[in-house]
Amino acid sequence: MKGQAAIVGVGELKPVRRTGGVTTLELIARVAREAALDAGLEPSGIDGLLVGPQVGLTPQHVPATVAEYLGLKPTMANVVDLGGASGAGMVWRAAAAIDAGMCDAVLCVLANHRDDAAPRSPNRNPIREFDVPFGASGANVSYALLMQAHMAAYGCKAEDYARIAAAARANAQRNPDAIFYGKPSSVEDVLASPMVAEPLHLLEIVMPVAGGEAVIVASAARARRSPRPPVHLLGAGEKVTHRAVSQASSLTSGPLKPAMARAFGQAGLGARDVDLLSLYDCYTIMVATTLEDAGLCPPGGFGAFVRDNGLGFDGTAPLNTHGGQLGFGQPDLAGGMTHVVEAVRQLRGEAHGRQVRNARTALVTGNGATMGEATALVLGAAA
Amino acid sequence: MTDALAGLEVPGPTVTPLTEPFWAEAGAGGLSIQRCGSCGRAVFYPRAICPHCWGDALRWEAASGQGRLKSFSTVRKPGHPGWLPAAPYTVGLVELAEGPVMLSLILPGPRPVRVGDALVLAPTDIGGRVLPVFRLDATA
Ligand SMILES: [Zn+2]
Repeated sequence: MKGQAAIVGVGELKPVRRTGGVTTLELIARVAREAALDAGLEPSGIDGLLVGPQVGLTPQHVPATVAEYLGLKPTMANVVDLGGASGAGMVWRAAAAIDAGMCDAVLCVLANHRDDAAPRSPNRNPIREFDVPFGASGANVSYALLMQAHMAAYGCKAEDYARIAAAARANAQRNPDAIFYGKPSSVEDVLASPMVAEPLHLLEIVMPVAGGEAVIVASAARARRSPRPPVHLLGAGEKVTHRAVSQASSLTSGPLKPAMARAFGQAGLGARDVDLLSLYDCYTIMVATTLEDAGLCPPGGFGAFVRDNGLGFDGTAPLNTHGGQLGFGQPDLAGGMTHVVEAVRQLRGEAHGRQVRNARTALVTGNGATMGEATALVLGAAA
Repeated sequence: MTDALAGLEVPGPTVTPLTEPFWAEAGAGGLSIQRCGSCGRAVFYPRAICPHCWGDALRWEAASGQGRLKSFSTVRKPGHPGWLPAAPYTVGLVELAEGPVMLSLILPGPRPVRVGDALVLAPTDIGGRVLPVFRLDATA
């Protein structure tokens, strides 16, 4: 992976709660345009396309539908369907396709519209057959089960998890685009918020929003001509283990553990070496487990880590400086890509008002399903 | 609680020909799991091949109905609106005595449940169909 393809452009839409008839394809087009402008690329210079599934919209032929809408004629196109790990999963796939000589510049794009009457998806799969009839619909219950198991195994306290949500809200106060900009929350606020599925409080759960995120990954040759400082992919790791939480081999450690180990191995770095932690945070428990799986603290030790470190841009362990999804909002699958886009901003030195001093390297994680889809990236600033 | 469960209007299982024996046995108050004829391990949920060794000689057997609570959550805001009349209710991950883990409903008992509790099968009508749910095992 080292030092070849690079991220040369990013785009991001300000999250909103409702889109009022705007389609996902329109949002994809707007955020792709932003990324191309940022990269200084003409559409004709983009010859690779990675998109997410378009649930309820385009069940099949998704890359062709998006390429047609954007007027692209890519020589590599695919759907990356790894839930919240899709954004990070796209980045290494783009780099690998470029290294394989299949294309030169890849648009990685995720966006979602959000209307009032969302159709219930017509699932026909094991999680629908064997979980839903017992009252376990949606991700909240799955992550509540993971959190309860983590608490029981290690005796961690509710306020330790709540501190992660409060820190995300605090960081969101430095990001005017965040859905919770102007709305900080204390640990006490988090603990006082309604219990949704015990032990998960409402403020420990991401708020669903509409939005869009895009990055453009390009060859080393093209990156050298880029108007923005390129951000290099130093290492990547991935692991996919299960869909339903009942099928998880561990409830307290996930597939991000080996994925991060591989990414750090390729980069020749350790978790303590990176300047920014850009960690997937659908729920507070996800951050807790990721900190432990990264080896930043022992299993069950995340509470001391988040108590003893400053998690802001100027702290000892800057974590999700854009507010994370807990503070920024979760634009469906694009939520995972917010962690990539923020890492690029920080490594370019363009995170205005929240710039981590001398940010040279970042860990980005993506997570999907019930802690069963994992992608880790180690990104590095231009030399 | 159990009367309220019977009256729920909630989605039932999406039964397939392969899984039909599981749901038929569940409807009769039992719990069927598969066992692999090649590696001997128990399998849940029902599959066409063994997820451990890919052997395809899977046989149905009656499970003991004994299990251990691996984790649980008391749901206050259900993901499906049909479950609202039953909330709060508890779902759990039940590690069956035979090995596999299944998600199920945990009926209210004499005390709140804890991770590690012994559980026993307690077939219960949910929304007009008898499903394999669990309760605290008073004998354990
Ligand atoms: Zn087998």
